[in-house]
Amino acid sequence: MFLSETYRKIAADGIWNNNIVFGQNLALCPLLAVTGTATNGLGMGLATLVVIIASNGLISVTRHLIPSEIRIPIFVLLIAALVTLVDILMNAWAHELYKVLGLFIALIVTNCALLGRAEAFASKQPVKHALWDGLMMGLGFLLVLVALGAAREISASGTLFANASVLLGESFRFLEVTVISDYKGFLLMALPPGGFIMLAFLIVGKRLIDQKLAQRKLSLTVLTPAIAEEES
Amino acid sequence: MKLDPETIERLKQKIAVYREFLKNWLEPSNLAQLRPKLEFQTGVLAGFALIASVLLGVTNCSTEGTIQQRLDEDLKKSLEEVVPAVLYDNDMLTDTVVIPSAEYNISADQTTVYIAKKSGQVSAVCFKFTAPDGYSGAINMIMGLDRDGTILGVRVLSHKETPGLGDKIEVAKSDWILKFAGRSLDNLIPAKWAVKKDGGEFDQFAGATITPRKSVQAIYRGLQLFKAHQEQLINP
Repeated sequence: MFLSETYRKIAADGIWNNNIVFGQNLALCPLLAVTGTATNGLGMGLATLVVIIASNGLISVTRHLIPSEIRIPIFVLLIAALVTLVDILMNAWAHELYKVLGLFIALIVTNCALLGRAEAFASKQPVKHALWDGLMMGLGFLLVLVALGAAREISASGTLFANASVLLGESFRFLEVTVISDYKGFLLMALPPGGFIMLAFLIVGKRLIDQKLAQRKLSLTVLTPAIAEEES
Repeated sequence: MKLDPETIERLKQKIAVYREFLKNWLEPSNLAQLRPKLEFQTGVLAGFALIASVLLGVTNCSTEGTIQQRLDEDLKKSLEEVVPAVLYDNDMLTDTVVIPSAEYNISADQTTVYIAKKSGQVSAVCFKFTAPDGYSGAINMIMGLDRDGTILGVRVLSHKETPGLGDKIEVAKSDWILKFAGRSLDNLIPAKWAVKKDGGEFDQFAGATITPRKSVQAIYRGLQLFKAHQEQLINP
């Protein structure tokens, strides 16, 4: 296997087991606010991904310097400075993208998941692990954002990835699909309550899959001793 | 400046000493001893705050010009949307007049009017205004008018209206906002500056009346603002 045990565990935790939304139930504010469409979800996901990797890395590098008594103000300071830097730099050098993502970037400060990762992981782990954790947690969050955005967009307006070409450039126009043509629209799903409802469905879905997996594991472990006895 | 080998050697030694010291100081075991000390904690917090503010300050200063340039480009693009290019040959961004607008309820005490000139003569004016009372917040718009106060074009710059309902005021979503072109206070009586539901001239949207109603009212107030300053604006 090309990844060691530790890295695989971090990846599994970030993307599925301890996913920011499904596992930790964090970051619901930015999640519900921007997932009206899949494109917005993708934009927020990408912006968060960059910031969480950087903040995890920075905090891990300086972890021996930071006394535990004042760790929270320092984490907040680092994350806020980082988000502001990204905000300013993007406004100057990637202005077209900024006009679409700008709103989301400021919202990242309200994402308690970043502080959560800093506290629970990055401040105790070597830099390599912290960066990897940031990448995986960010990817996990991105996947939920896109999934929730897609589910809400399809049920609200029958389209998928509308305006993706504005966010990612003309070459991504192929992403824009009309899933249900002649759809009258279901406004509730585009509004915040729709976000809550759809999120509940997604969480139930995740639980069901977990249950299935656990059952299969259980039946396997019950079987194994029997086989072992036969063999001996 | 030339340094003799002896000085260079001495400097090198000094740097090596400092490096050694810093390396030892940054050892996790040494830092673990320092961390509980109050003065160390104060120093670390101050250090982080200092580094963060210097970084932000430097970035802000070095990008200020670029950001302003980008904003100017954005503004220019919106100006070009509402004033046809054939109407002017000047730089509207620098050719401005500021007029008081507090009594027109367009969210600004003063409004910057961009003047379009063709061969030195005023051909059109353009300004931003706001409907402060949209369904879910302010609706920011820009409007171009010719010398007589006839609308050349109106566009919504930003808004927070309901997606799928109120956002039809955007030109990307529907052609509703284009219907204002050619209208003026002279060819439409005040009572008609309203949505059809209120007995006016303009369509409302299915499921959203407040957004178009407030937009129409704000456009009407914008026209009144122009009329009050028409002389000053077109005969500078």
